[in-house]
Amino acid sequence: MSSSARLLHSVRTPLEAVGLRTTALFEEAGRFFFILYQTGYWLLRRPFDGRQWLRQMVRVGVDSIPVVGLTALFTGMVMALQTYRGFERFHAEAYVGSVVSLSLTRELAPVLAALMIAGRIGSSLAAELGSMRVTEQIDALYAMATEPIHYLIVPRVAATTLMLPPLVACADGLGILGGYGVAVGLMGANPVVYWEKTFQYLDLNDVFSGLIKAAAFGLILSVTGCAKGFFTSGGAEGVGRSTTAAVVMASLVILISDFFLTKLLF
Amino acid sequence: MNPSPTPAPSPAAPHKIAVVDLWKSFSGKPVLKGLTVEISSGESLVIVGGSGAGKSVFLKHLIGLIRPDRGRVIVDGQDLTSADAAVGLELRKKFGMSFQEGALFDSLDVFENIAFPLRRHTRMTAAEIADRVRECLELVHLPGVERKSPSELSGGMRRRVGFARAIAMKPEILLFDEPNTGLDPITSAVIDNVIVEMREHLPVTMVTITHDMKSAFRIADRVAMLREGVLIATAPPDEFRRIPDPYIQKFIAGEPLEEEVA
Repeated sequence: MSSSARLLHSVRTPLEAVGLRTTALFEEAGRFFFILYQTGYWLLRRPFDGRQWLRQMVRVGVDSIPVVGLTALFTGMVMALQTYRGFERFHAEAYVGSVVSLSLTRELAPVLAALMIAGRIGSSLAAELGSMRVTEQIDALYAMATEPIHYLIVPRVAATTLMLPPLVACADGLGILGGYGVAVGLMGANPVVYWEKTFQYLDLNDVFSGLIKAAAFGLILSVTGCAKGFFTSGGAEGVGRSTTAAVVMASLVILISDFFLTKLLF
Repeated sequence: MNPSPTPAPSPAAPHKIAVVDLWKSFSGKPVLKGLTVEISSGESLVIVGGSGAGKSVFLKHLIGLIRPDRGRVIVDGQDLTSADAAVGLELRKKFGMSFQEGALFDSLDVFENIAFPLRRHTRMTAAEIADRVRECLELVHLPGVERKSPSELSGGMRRRVGFARAIAMKPEILLFDEPNTGLDPITSAVIDNVIVEMREHLPVTMVTITHDMKSAFRIADRVAMLREGVLIATAPPDEFRRIPDPYIQKFIAGEPLEEEVA
């Protein structure tokens, strides 16, 4: 190999790698927005499958209450424990309730609930649709003149988007109760002062913005899971890859979009 | 049954299905290379060919599961390849398709699998749906399995339930994707008999892809050989057996090609 050919080769290989990564990134984004667009397109079209919507809402909402509730409860408890110990140093223990309620409603409850749901529902959406893809069940739907996005994806995305806000509202409440329990029961804070301070600085806007964030996270994680599953290829191994990638991608996109949503909403 | 309105056939349409100059590549590798074939109403066409010849890809083009790079698929005079989503959906109602492993929905039992298209596209009552499901299961010789889940069925039974689901809507065109693959010879013959009986009982056009020559000769009015994306011969079974092409003769006899032996 001549020196110029060697130079060309050494430059081309990393460039090719960058090019492939970039193409893959655009492909992923394209699939995400394709599913998002198609879900919007088919959302209000007939036939409306109420049973599917209800089943998915129970799966995403009701069945997730224990995991989201426990997460929020213990997060509230840890928040109270940490801030009480810290605020004690400059005699500001009275403000623990405010810090716990504000940080939970604005940030922690929506983000942690979304991450838990990404693990629980995002992965199962990818696995379920992925295995339907590799066993030709999605093709069978097409063949029976049924649009798979309408039948499979619309109820799942809608259920996740609609159920995240009520889940986060539960998480807000449980987290605040957890914080109250630790601060009052364990650290000896004054219950009346704690309760008063909890709501003194808490605005309805803080709660609503958190719930809007939750709906946005629900949309993101369900579309990511569905897109990963819907475009699965490569048999059982492909289903495994899609499932892992769905959770990782949804979690990353939730954390990244959290910054922009916070900037936008608050 | 209250069937949904389907596009009216064009009076000028001479064939049930016409495939014109169909081209398809995957990752730059051509799979179909200008495939042209016409299928008459009520005919049973069987397409045979080796693994990777493009049979499944061809079949999926017929129902619009894959869009071609070039060429047209015309069903009852209407171009499926350029149809918009709504027309494509209506055209697909003319089809019933049976998949290689059945492609039954895991989350539904046998009854609900067969009832699926009926619930989706008709206004049949529960009793009418139950009657139609039972009728379809009897046609594939599987009475009484309604409440079983797909995982409780053997491979041959799953395929027959797939057939039952495919005929539930009384389609005009039936597509079979490798109905015998992976089955023992006796079950395979049972499947063939079911297909032949279905043809006798239903006024349908059938397209089957297979690499099982015995099965092809049993169920075909016409056999077509697909090799490397091109149809190299099309003839009724008796004539097909006598085609002097060495590849076809070796394929029928199940013998390796010289280049494969070397």
